[in-house]
Amino acid sequence: MSRDLKTLVSQGLKSRYRNERIMRSLGVTALLFASGFLLLILSIIFSQGYRAFTQTYIEIPIELSTADIEDISSINFQNKIRDGLRELFPELQARAELADLFRLASRGASIDLERDISSETPPGTINFIALASSDVDMINKGYFVDSESPRGRLSEQQYEYFQSLTDRNLISRQINTNLFLKGDSSYPEMAGVMGAIMGSVFVLGITLFLSFPIGAATAIYLEEFAPKNRFTDFIEVNINNLAAVPSVIFGLLGLAMFINFFGFPRSAPIVGGFVLTLMTLPIVIIASRAAITSVPPSIKEAALGLGASKLKMVVDHVIPLALPGMLTGTIIGMARALGESAPLLMIGMVAFITEIPQTIFSPSTTLPIQIFLWADSPDRGFSERTSAAIIILLVFLILMNLIAVILRKKFEKKW
Amino acid sequence: MDKPIFQVKGVDVFYGDNHAIKSVNLDIARNEVISLIGPSGCGKSTFIRCLNRMNDTIESARISGEVLLEGEDIYSKEMDVVMLRARVGMVFQKPNPFPKSIYDNVAYGPRIHGLVDTRSDLDDIVKESLQKAGLWEEVKDRLTAIGTSLSGGQQQRLCIARTIAVGPEVILMDEPCSALDPIATAKIEDLIDELREKYAIVIVTHSMQQAARVSQRTAYFHLGEIIEVGDTDQIFTNPKERLTEDYITGRFG
Ligand SMILES: Nc1ncnc2c1ncn2[C@@H]1O[C@H](COP(=O)(O)OP(=O)(O)OP(=O)(O)O)[C@@H](O)[C@H]1O
Ligand SMILES: [Mg+2]
Repeated sequence: MSRDLKTLVSQGLKSRYRNERIMRSLGVTALLFASGFLLLILSIIFSQGYRAFTQTYIEIPIELSTADIEDISSINFQNKIRDGLRELFPELQARAELADLFRLASRGASIDLERDISSETPPGTINFIALASSDVDMINKGYFVDSESPRGRLSEQQYEYFQSLTDRNLISRQINTNLFLKGDSSYPEMAGVMGAIMGSVFVLGITLFLSFPIGAATAIYLEEFAPKNRFTDFIEVNINNLAAVPSVIFGLLGLAMFINFFGFPRSAPIVGGFVLTLMTLPIVIIASRAAITSVPPSIKEAALGLGASKLKMVVDHVIPLALPGMLTGTIIGMARALGESAPLLMIGMVAFITEIPQTIFSPSTTLPIQIFLWADSPDRGFSERTSAAIIILLVFLILMNLIAVILRKKFEKKW
Repeated sequence: MDKPIFQVKGVDVFYGDNHAIKSVNLDIARNEVISLIGPSGCGKSTFIRCLNRMNDTIESARISGEVLLEGEDIYSKEMDVVMLRARVGMVFQKPNPFPKSIYDNVAYGPRIHGLVDTRSDLDDIVKESLQKAGLWEEVKDRLTAIGTSLSGGQQQRLCIARTIAVGPEVILMDEPCSALDPIATAKIEDLIDELREKYAIVIVTHSMQQAARVSQRTAYFHLGEIIEVGDTDQIFTNPKERLTEDYITGRFG
């Protein structure tokens, strides 16, 4: 009998181990496949985007007379840049040649110059590091090295000027501060994500401010106070359904309700915040309820047994123990909201906005929409920035998920 | 027996359709330890939880009959559960300290009931309660350590200290030693004996030896009914009912 059992089991063992091996190799393959694709995507984005983090500049001598310094408001900075360029190429006289030359510098150069000069600046010649135009930037970053037209969009003359500047060591690449500090622009070299970041911060701030308290309160009420009846069951089912509604629908709802009915301004972060709150609420509620149910009933009984009222029990014991879970859920909801674009398109947050939004009512875009807008532009300078903006968005998302992980680790179950 | 502190009159408890307690009558005297024994599922926990209305937290539970504490019906509208549970403390089967410091565990009851005004009064209550629970010597140097870091037996004594700190009139204990080793159990049994001087204690236990050691009276539950109640000595040596005898002898082998 016992020998029988032994042979039976050992026969079965072989196929059990084989099945286990197959399962494991399937799992490993799937994992490799998934992480391979992830790496591929990341490396493509990174290889296309990293060059946007530096920017090409031309060193131009700027003459400042005492009279200039005394009356800064009368300086024509555009002309100062042009005069400087002329000085670098004194041999050029013809109008057309000069116009070509001037186009090497960005329109933004004069704005930067204006910012740099104050009544304290000593008169004389300064070597100004002027922003180069995007076309120069593209050549300098080597985008066209191996292509049929190594000059890119520069004319033959312009390319010569560029070569001459390079030979004289006047062309340099520096950290692209514009990318981080400026709003959108129709000139790639002057365009930045700051406007979109501020828009995202406003929108997410409103979403957090509304969805966490409302979501947490709803979850606490449903779990701890609500009577279990048809009505609360109905609400429960609906919350779960809401979590599955496509986000674009929330955008339509927001358009109809907040803009058309309540008359909020279009393209404003406040409306974006409302819409994303509607979208995140179910996520926050579901996560918070899970966190609350995981509070051990023995601790709740202990509090009640000592004569704590229900509210006291919730405030003193349930909330502190459920808080990390609630926060994690909220952050994950926020991360989803940060990457969301469809509902914001519906409420008009897709306009071309150069100014950095100052309030929750000023027109703005958000990071994903900025990416969407730039990706649409045929300009090489913008495609490089699209990838850079994606990298920035990913960094924010990773940071948020990191915070969620840290919170969870820090408040790991204590009982 | 002078006027009992608890009088239970014709109490029935239903969980949905399940009739868990069937018209039970029981008087509980001051300064006595009464133990409730009986086979698993016979309704001991359900009964003990009627005495401080912990069954209120169970959605499906319905109760009828009268439970009088000092002559007042605890299920009447005038009775406030918060007040009731301050007067009738409870120690649970599984030690359940709060995930807070030892000090805060004991101080929780006095704090929520506003029993003290100053920090030093609170310190006194905490110390006194831990002393009564026989835990003071072991934890006096680490009152800020988290309560769940104690051993199982220490945790249970902490829970007792926490219950005592409120100054209840009655303490309910539902199998307080079931998760403890014999040494920790002995400590808690000694403690129960001391506590009897000030409190009435109702204890549910599966250990007949324990019931014999700590209690003056014993009630035998069977399928939701009290079959027999009497002096512990009498119940264990000379039970009147057949069911009681079967249970006791069956257990003792
Ligand atoms: N929360 C509940 N919901 C529904 N039925 C319950 C609940 N708690 C207990 N019961 C039922 O009530 C009856 C009595 O249970 P109770 O827990 O009081 O028994 P007990 O005597 O304490 O048993 P044990 O010695 O195993 O702890 C059992 O039939 C049980 O199934
Ligand atoms: Mg029980």
